[in-house]
Amino acid sequence: MAVKTKRAAATNGQTDVSFDIIETKSTFRSYPGDRFTHSDLGLSVADIGDIYRNMLLQRRFEERSAQMYGRQKIGGFLHLYIGQEAISTGSVYALQPGLDSVITAYRDHGIALAIGMSSNECMAELFGRVDGCSKGKGGSMHFFSKEKRMFGGHGIVGAHIPLAAGIAFAHKYRNDRGVVFCYLGDGAVWQGSFHEALNLASLYKLPVVYVIENNEYAMGTAVDRAAAETDLFKQGISYAMPGSLVDGMDVFSVCQAMRDHAALAREGQPSLVEVRTYRYRGHSMSDPGKYRTKEELEQKKNEDPILRLKSYIIENDLMKVEELDVLDIEVKAEVSASVTFADESPLSPLEAIYDDVYTQTDFPFLTK
Amino acid sequence: MAELQLREAIRAALVEEMDRDEDIFLMGEEVAEYNGAYKVSEGMCDRYGDRRVIDTPISECGFAGLGLGAAMDGLRPVIEFMTWNFAFVAFDQIINNAAKIRYMSGGQFSFPIVFRGPNGAAGQLAATHNTSVESIYSCFPGLKVISISNPDDAKGLLKSAIRDNDPVVFLESEFMYGMRGEVSDADDYIIPIGKARIAREGDAVTIIGHNKSYWRAMEAAEMLTSDGYEAEVIDPRTIRPFDWDTVITSVKKTNRCVIVDESNPFASLSSEIAFQIQSRSFDDLDAPVQRVTSKDTPAPYAKNLVEYYLPSAEDVYRACREVMYLD
Repeated sequence: MAVKTKRAAATNGQTDVSFDIIETKSTFRSYPGDRFTHSDLGLSVADIGDIYRNMLLQRRFEERSAQMYGRQKIGGFLHLYIGQEAISTGSVYALQPGLDSVITAYRDHGIALAIGMSSNECMAELFGRVDGCSKGKGGSMHFFSKEKRMFGGHGIVGAHIPLAAGIAFAHKYRNDRGVVFCYLGDGAVWQGSFHEALNLASLYKLPVVYVIENNEYAMGTAVDRAAAETDLFKQGISYAMPGSLVDGMDVFSVCQAMRDHAALAREGQPSLVEVRTYRYRGHSMSDPGKYRTKEELEQKKNEDPILRLKSYIIENDLMKVEELDVLDIEVKAEVSASVTFADESPLSPLEAIYDDVYTQTDFPFLTK
Repeated sequence: MAELQLREAIRAALVEEMDRDEDIFLMGEEVAEYNGAYKVSEGMCDRYGDRRVIDTPISECGFAGLGLGAAMDGLRPVIEFMTWNFAFVAFDQIINNAAKIRYMSGGQFSFPIVFRGPNGAAGQLAATHNTSVESIYSCFPGLKVISISNPDDAKGLLKSAIRDNDPVVFLESEFMYGMRGEVSDADDYIIPIGKARIAREGDAVTIIGHNKSYWRAMEAAEMLTSDGYEAEVIDPRTIRPFDWDTVITSVKKTNRCVIVDESNPFASLSSEIAFQIQSRSFDDLDAPVQRVTSKDTPAPYAKNLVEYYLPSAEDVYRACREVMYLD
């Protein structure tokens, strides 16, 4: 950030006092769509197939979830990730599995599947069954996997942002070179926890990348109705953090950005990435979406990240349509199997309500 | 036995544990270079460096959450709040994250963390700086709550709290940091969480008090001795889990009970203790359970009002005589 001052004359009234103007100039990087090819990213054709499948799995999983919600197999809130898959997939292909950590808010199915949690454990969680990733104690908003270093799934807007700083603190404390990707929505930017966490992360030089998934609406409130500064990446200025603006409908742009930012984090420089995306479904299943027009939705669907990747693959002759169709069939079969698995998974025994409140198992924690 | 100030006993526990386990670190406002707002952590930054004794900005939500994230990945943070009054801006982190994530993750992630700092009245500081929080935090399954009244318990229980794999709310007191007391110098001195201490045996009435209220209970017991009655005084030490067995055994012997608690009375710790006693020993009671608490108002500033607001030894003494039908 460059700061320069210059003299300026005051123009109010007759006084001829001059004062100094402080100009700040921060630079940010932009990762627009259609800028990066798979070769730029060093991705093989096999990788492209994996990426396509990874995104498609999230899409089909969410479609089936919506269907199962309609059949009342799933309760509570259900926030679908449809439209945002390039962010989860693009960033998973930028992290080191088993070393790096991810944490997100309540729209968490996408990153969970992208990082390798199974459709079975995820669907069983939605069904509230013992084989769910959180044993049916968390539900849609609270997917966790210690094995995959997926630290949740958090239902309170902004509450997980300081946790990400702490996970990054642990990486740094142990000097294991791991980094944290912390995803949050555009609405979470206006929680105090965001600002406190970014300041601490920068102050302590923690290896974390904060990723704002700006899908244009915090529930029903458009960004420009909530944000005085609608360029959310500029929030990094106050915390001496570099930032980027990324086209979230292009998986290659996301992947390149996240690789660059992960590299920064690994050198001890936390940063802020704003990814512009769009959710095609409502905030949750109960949202009629009256805050946006049909035309806007249709226009955004032309930017669908999965169709976009499909076109890229076909246009560049990387795979045949038939091969992509086979992947789609496979994915649909996997998701269908997960529904069967979830349906057949047992309900929790009632005494399990007392399990996992405390680590200590003989703990007299409640009068039963 | 060594005689230590309460702050020195807390520091001794921190130092012994940090020497033993590299994963423990201390974080909070003014804990490092300033040596602690109440000098609890004096010299610790020199001993461990700024990697393990870490100053924070005034950002309770941020650093409470940071501690929790670090605990979630296996470190063992001790987070100091300058007072528990300032922890209300971190309430979401403690209530929603510390207490519930283990449950919501099906037991995958736990939080070996201690949040500690002074609790309750601290003089003429008016309402925002005088809150007693034990009733509030004890409401939430997932948390353990410890409230100490003397240097020996402070050391033994803080060491247990640090070793515990669940989140612990550890309540101290500004008024007691300078209090001196004998502290066991036994090697690796540990007091188990969840065990009350019978501080004084008697058969006339059971008085229950923790933290500063413990001392009001002891003073009232002395006054009763002058009247020719011996009160049994119990310091629960751990609020959650509460040692019901010790309390109920005592009430079955004395048939009378007075609870002293600096919290505001409504829906509080004293309400719960009274409920449990009537539920578990109804037929043993010779009088309704009484309680002495702070008034049901915010804490005032004026000196005379502060004195009126807080439980006094005289209040406790009167309540005891009431349940003993002496007046």
